[in-house]
Amino acid sequence: MASQQQLSVIKGAKVLMVGAGGIGCELLKTLALSGFQDIHIIDMDTIEVSNLNRQFLFRKSHVGLSKAKVARDAVLRFRPQVSITSYHANVKNQEFNVDFLKQFSVVLNGLDNLDARRHVNRLCLAADVPLVESGTTGFLGQVTVHVKGKTECYECQPKPAPKTYPVCTITSTPSKFVHCIVWAKDLLFTKLFGDKNQENDLNVRSSDPASSSDHAEDIFQLNKDETIEHYGRRVFDHVFGYNIEVALSNEDTWKNRNKPRPIYSRDILPEEPTKQNGNTDKNCATDDQSLISAMTSLGIKNPQEIWSLMENSRIFIEAIKLFFTKREKDVGNLAFDKDDQLAVEFVTAAANIRAESFGIPMHSLFESKGIAGNIVHAVATTNAIIAGLIVIEAIKVLQNDANNYRMTYCLEHPSRKMLLMPVEPFEPNKSCYVCSETPLSLEINTHHAKLRDFVEKIVKAKLGMNFPLIMHGAALLYEVGDDLDEDMVANYTANLEKVLSELPSPVVSGTILSVEDLQQELSCSINIKHRDEFDEEKEPDGMVLSGWQQTPLEKDDCNKTLGNGESTSKTLPSAPDADKYDDSDMVASGRKRKLDEAVNISGEANSSKKPEVLDDDDDDLVMLDDGDNGDPAINKKKRLQ
Amino acid sequence: MDGEELTEQETQLYDRQIRVWGADAQRRLSKAHILVCGMKGAVAEFCKNIVLAGIGSLTLVDNRLVTEEALSANFLIPPDESVFGGKSVAELCCDSLKDFNPMVRVSVIKGEPSSFDEEFLKTFDVIVVSCCSLAEKKSVNEKCRKLPKRVSFYTVDCRDSCGEIFVDLQDYKYAKKKLEDTVECQLSYPSFEDAISVPWKVHPRKVSKLFYALRVIERFEEAEGRSPGETSVSDLPGVLKLKKEICESQLLNEAHIPNALVERLVTNPTEFPPVCAIIGGILGQEVIKAVSGKGDPLKNFFYFDAVDGKGTIEDISSQS
Ligand SMILES: [Zn+2]
Repeated sequence: MASQQQLSVIKGAKVLMVGAGGIGCELLKTLALSGFQDIHIIDMDTIEVSNLNRQFLFRKSHVGLSKAKVARDAVLRFRPQVSITSYHANVKNQEFNVDFLKQFSVVLNGLDNLDARRHVNRLCLAADVPLVESGTTGFLGQVTVHVKGKTECYECQPKPAPKTYPVCTITSTPSKFVHCIVWAKDLLFTKLFGDKNQENDLNVRSSDPASSSDHAEDIFQLNKDETIEHYGRRVFDHVFGYNIEVALSNEDTWKNRNKPRPIYSRDILPEEPTKQNGNTDKNCATDDQSLISAMTSLGIKNPQEIWSLMENSRIFIEAIKLFFTKREKDVGNLAFDKDDQLAVEFVTAAANIRAESFGIPMHSLFESKGIAGNIVHAVATTNAIIAGLIVIEAIKVLQNDANNYRMTYCLEHPSRKMLLMPVEPFEPNKSCYVCSETPLSLEINTHHAKLRDFVEKIVKAKLGMNFPLIMHGAALLYEVGDDLDEDMVANYTANLEKVLSELPSPVVSGTILSVEDLQQELSCSINIKHRDEFDEEKEPDGMVLSGWQQTPLEKDDCNKTLGNGESTSKTLPSAPDADKYDDSDMVASGRKRKLDEAVNISGEANSSKKPEVLDDDDDDLVMLDDGDNGDPAINKKKRLQ
Repeated sequence: MDGEELTEQETQLYDRQIRVWGADAQRRLSKAHILVCGMKGAVAEFCKNIVLAGIGSLTLVDNRLVTEEALSANFLIPPDESVFGGKSVAELCCDSLKDFNPMVRVSVIKGEPSSFDEEFLKTFDVIVVSCCSLAEKKSVNEKCRKLPKRVSFYTVDCRDSCGEIFVDLQDYKYAKKKLEDTVECQLSYPSFEDAISVPWKVHPRKVSKLFYALRVIERFEEAEGRSPGETSVSDLPGVLKLKKEICESQLLNEAHIPNALVERLVTNPTEFPPVCAIIGGILGQEVIKAVSGKGDPLKNFFYFDAVDGKGTIEDISSQS
């Protein structure tokens, strides 16, 4: 039980929880049981069936309702006297500004994406409210404490960018199944069913560019006088047959690689197959999109099974047929969605056929869906443990017990006998652009780069700002906001298209730009240095921001990259994607540090700091009749108590 | 794998966790029968976790009527007297747990853990006891070990901001993936009685202070005829005296069971909800591992203390 002193800080605290998902449900319950009286909770999401295995405050009847609201009602049933205020909204909305944050004693994050975490970090710094941050993936989890001036902020260690793959790996030389998934989802699916005008690298680049691009233009159009069956086979033969032949003709590529095998539909499926056993009718009865399924049509049931090449080919053709007959109006504006059954079936089949061609093992629909949808593994137990640790840390923060703040790792395999490992928090990073005043510097070609490039690639993508304002001295170059005059907007829009050195207030080598986000109350200075040339391979942005490092991209011999999570056309990870990281980007984007043997969480280290694993030696057991007092190194250390 | 495939409904509901432990493990979970005795906070957390995970059935034992104390760390009991009036703690928890996952059969049995016979116990795969006396723990554990099939036995208790889990999987074999190969692993567990009878002198180095402090309090409660957790500040001198005696006979330096820790545990026997969440979470994971045969189970004690924040495994068995 808590001590009297703890109980009094708990009773007097006003707590903001951000996130009512896996960690959030557990956290709200544990806060209420622990005696917290005033809890506010923000979550923009609604409840889905796949949440129910761990978000225990929700029931099947709640599917589609606000998580924050339902969680509140559920907790009030066993602790009716607690005041819980719910907000079904995005934490990035302007209503949740620094003044809003200032009313709270502590903020507790149970978020599922990097972008919102960075945003809350900045609000907490600006409002000077302590933040307890958390994340889980499968059996792994972590809780960290961020108190301005005392411990590092959430962004003191740079977060790696979402995983991306070089375009040529995806289009020409896949070596892993995920490459086939990205190809099927971002290129082929988009080409057939998405926006036709979107730039798309589907067609393999041959040594002779003219031959492939001309040929490709109409191949993906359904001709007026052909059956959909014929069209499907034509697409099949083009992408799995013809394109592979073209790639093979480029012999240099295959010197050190296994050659792919072209696959043609006639070799897999009988020429004009006998009409399906009438099963297609199963799909006719319904308008419900979720029931339109190529698996159902073909009588394939188990999503855990790996289909044969023939089954994959039949699914491929059948899915195209269903899209063009049952979901005709969607064709042309579809984007891949992991909850779209037919889309998942198509992507699984296409990825498997391509995998077969390249000698990569095929995968089940269940696994493919996980990879394509970036579905993160999640279990109830880890979330419960992490929520307990958050509350323990929050109470310390409320007591201002800075010496005892800890970051705690929840491990799958014990390290030094520990499954829960507390580590002393780091001090603030003096060169962190978020919590210190250190200027950044940017090398850029001021004669070629436009203000738009700077805004998209640096201000939004790298600095994570939502409502940026860019100033050069007293001159305002750019600004985003709801309350701008029309002529200002026109002015800024014009500026976006200008190269830096030709702006009304020219940005040249030596210029210091001031970039601010008014909502996050974050501002930083950027020293501009002109540079003529950039290495297309290593510096694909054509600009280099330093003073803050992001992990380098996977190297390859081409200069474009494709992400798995984001759509290919948009480089900005701005919209929070509910399932992209369920409750966490911890392992994907958590800080990478050496943590003794506990490297299974931290992966490779890019920080020279090594945390002190707390190991108070008064645990050391010394026997009365034991002449040997143990390890001298241990005895040397002074007891702290 | 053995038996039927998962239904479409199961695949959909358990999607995220099947991605953690696989469809085979999920099928084994759905066939597991679990008995729990003593519905305090940590056990309520545990029950929530395994019901969500999709075990086959859960049977609850706790005849107590609801008191202020029973409510304190247990979110399964609605605090409304018109609801809980006349019902036992187990019955109330049962109603809430059923609601968490309609696919799990949750039921209540009246009785005391020590009164259960082997015929009854052998219908379960896992037995968890909490808030039981030393004698009850030993007796249920011994009965489990005599059954014709292997039944996993656990004890769990939380006091102040500390928690303890004991695990007895008897002779446990499991497959472990090492890179490409799967290797067969075997662990041999002592009973609770054997584990606590291992002379302290031969313990591994640096065993958690909590192990010793809880053994002293357990002995005190037994000697005084108290119910588990029934201690207060007035018992402190008696417990400290017993501590001294045991340390002398076990040849353990008394300083290794700090009086401050003993004081916390004796004067604050109620549970701390965040610790219940942590201990109930670890226990849930362990039971899921044992039932599914996936992952290294812990052997054979686990400790957590919110004061230092460490969650530590201790292996206390005669072989070591
Ligand atoms: Zn910082």
